[in-house]
Amino acid sequence: MPSVSKVQAPTISVQDVSITYRTTFEKRPTLRQTLIRAGRGERLVREVEAVKNVSFDVNRGSVLGIIGNNGAGKSTLVRAIAGILPPTSGRIEVRGRVSTLLALGVGFNANLSGHENVILGGLAAGYSRSEIEERFEEIADWTELGDFLEMPMRTYSSGMFSRLAFAVAIHMEPDILLVDEALSAGDARFKTKATAKMMELVAQARTMVFVSHALSTVKDMCTDAIWLEKGQIMERGTAEEVVDKYTTYVNVAQSSATLEDV
Amino acid sequence: MFETAVVPESPQPEDDQFSGTHHVYQPFRAGLPQMGPYLRELWRRREFAVEASRASIRATQANTIFGQIWNILNPLLLACVYYFLVYIIRGGGRLKPELFPHMLCGLFVFYLISNSMSGGATSVVSAGKMIMNTAFPRALLPLSSVRTSVQQFLPTLVILAIALALSPVKFSWTLVYAVPWFLFIVLFAAGMSLLMATSQVYFRDTSSFLPYVMRIWLYTSPVLWFADEVPSKLRPLEVVNPLFSIIGGWQEIIIEHRLPAVGTWLAALAWSVGALLLGGFVFISRERDFAVRL
Repeated sequence: MPSVSKVQAPTISVQDVSITYRTTFEKRPTLRQTLIRAGRGERLVREVEAVKNVSFDVNRGSVLGIIGNNGAGKSTLVRAIAGILPPTSGRIEVRGRVSTLLALGVGFNANLSGHENVILGGLAAGYSRSEIEERFEEIADWTELGDFLEMPMRTYSSGMFSRLAFAVAIHMEPDILLVDEALSAGDARFKTKATAKMMELVAQARTMVFVSHALSTVKDMCTDAIWLEKGQIMERGTAEEVVDKYTTYVNVAQSSATLEDV
Repeated sequence: MFETAVVPESPQPEDDQFSGTHHVYQPFRAGLPQMGPYLRELWRRREFAVEASRASIRATQANTIFGQIWNILNPLLLACVYYFLVYIIRGGGRLKPELFPHMLCGLFVFYLISNSMSGGATSVVSAGKMIMNTAFPRALLPLSSVRTSVQQFLPTLVILAIALALSPVKFSWTLVYAVPWFLFIVLFAAGMSLLMATSQVYFRDTSSFLPYVMRIWLYTSPVLWFADEVPSKLRPLEVVNPLFSIIGGWQEIIIEHRLPAVGTWLAALAWSVGALLLGGFVFISRERDFAVRL
């Protein structure tokens, strides 16, 4: 299609979004514990203000890195963009087919094989069975998992989990790819391969949002970056600038420790 | 289909939650998302529920011959155990000959409902990773376990058919009413399953309490005894226990080939639709919370 003359709307538009949720910090909330606590007049439900009045746009073909300390609201923000967590106020507009890689592993049912999990994950994400089957061959090749694909996923190592999850997310030909710390579990070879594949998507003018603690990867891969701190945007600019400001802020020299993925 | 969508600049309907290529996420106003698109998307992705159910049956090897036999044998053996129990409690006196088919018929349906509830309870919690990663109508998960329970129920119909063939009651076309009645049962099971799934997210011991609750429910339902045997002191049970109408009517149709009274129809309809609406409301109004609660 010839390019449209009018200004293209941003692929992702986050408009004054705040996300507050209530959750409990118990590992396994039970009725028993709740009753015991109610007897003592306590409640363990906390309100979390994960994201506060955040606005930004992401244009088509750009790669946005989101960096910040643990608990800064990065994951919450990408989940909101994915439509998993609705905003408490504000508005998020997303134009394009989204593929997500937010929690490690397709991980639906560990007793099912990788193959079955790929199909289930795709069906849940709204693809038809034929669309998934069409891509399965490609996914299988890319993961290099071989016979493991027909084995229950409980036999997988964490690296194999992330390889499969990544392969699925990336082969669904998304317009927008949302990635949260996905590459951390793979080996060096997988990381290189994954990075190359992601660059390939960017070259096709797909949009990507990338949450990472690996600052060097953010610098290499992202065009822009956002630095979140306690749910608010501290800095928005080119990846280089933002990463530099962030590193100065956390007051550590750019030693190898911060640049490598730990 | 996968080409980069060229999105028109014209304003799009803002109710596009999961589907298509243009999404707007805004706070929900009244706790519930817009039901039209939600239900449409639920229907569009029904294949996921079917496949999840099939896969879980495959994973437990319940699709093998022995798995199938076990599906029939298990409720049958239970019926024998309960029959023996009733025999002892009644002091070894003569039991009505209709009691055994009555119990079989009731137990099979009871286990359909019970399995939907216990399966539903764990469905959302055990799909944790998927809930963190993908936006989809979560109601598919408990509904998938209802489908599993229905599939496990179907082979028991064979036993029921044999029991009926052996019974003195002549075949009657009244049996066709079993079809709409089965719909009541499934709707009720779905509602309860949705309710349990929500409860399990907030209270992880729901599934541990459930077996006790179910046992009491079984004993207070007209499964191990006839509805007309209820002592007057326990009459209120008929009103508060939905299974009186839901299982009772099923037994009337299947065992006695008798059309249930209008009151029973209305009660079963009210309970099943009510359970589905309540379960659906509780689940759907809470489901966006699941991602932060798991």
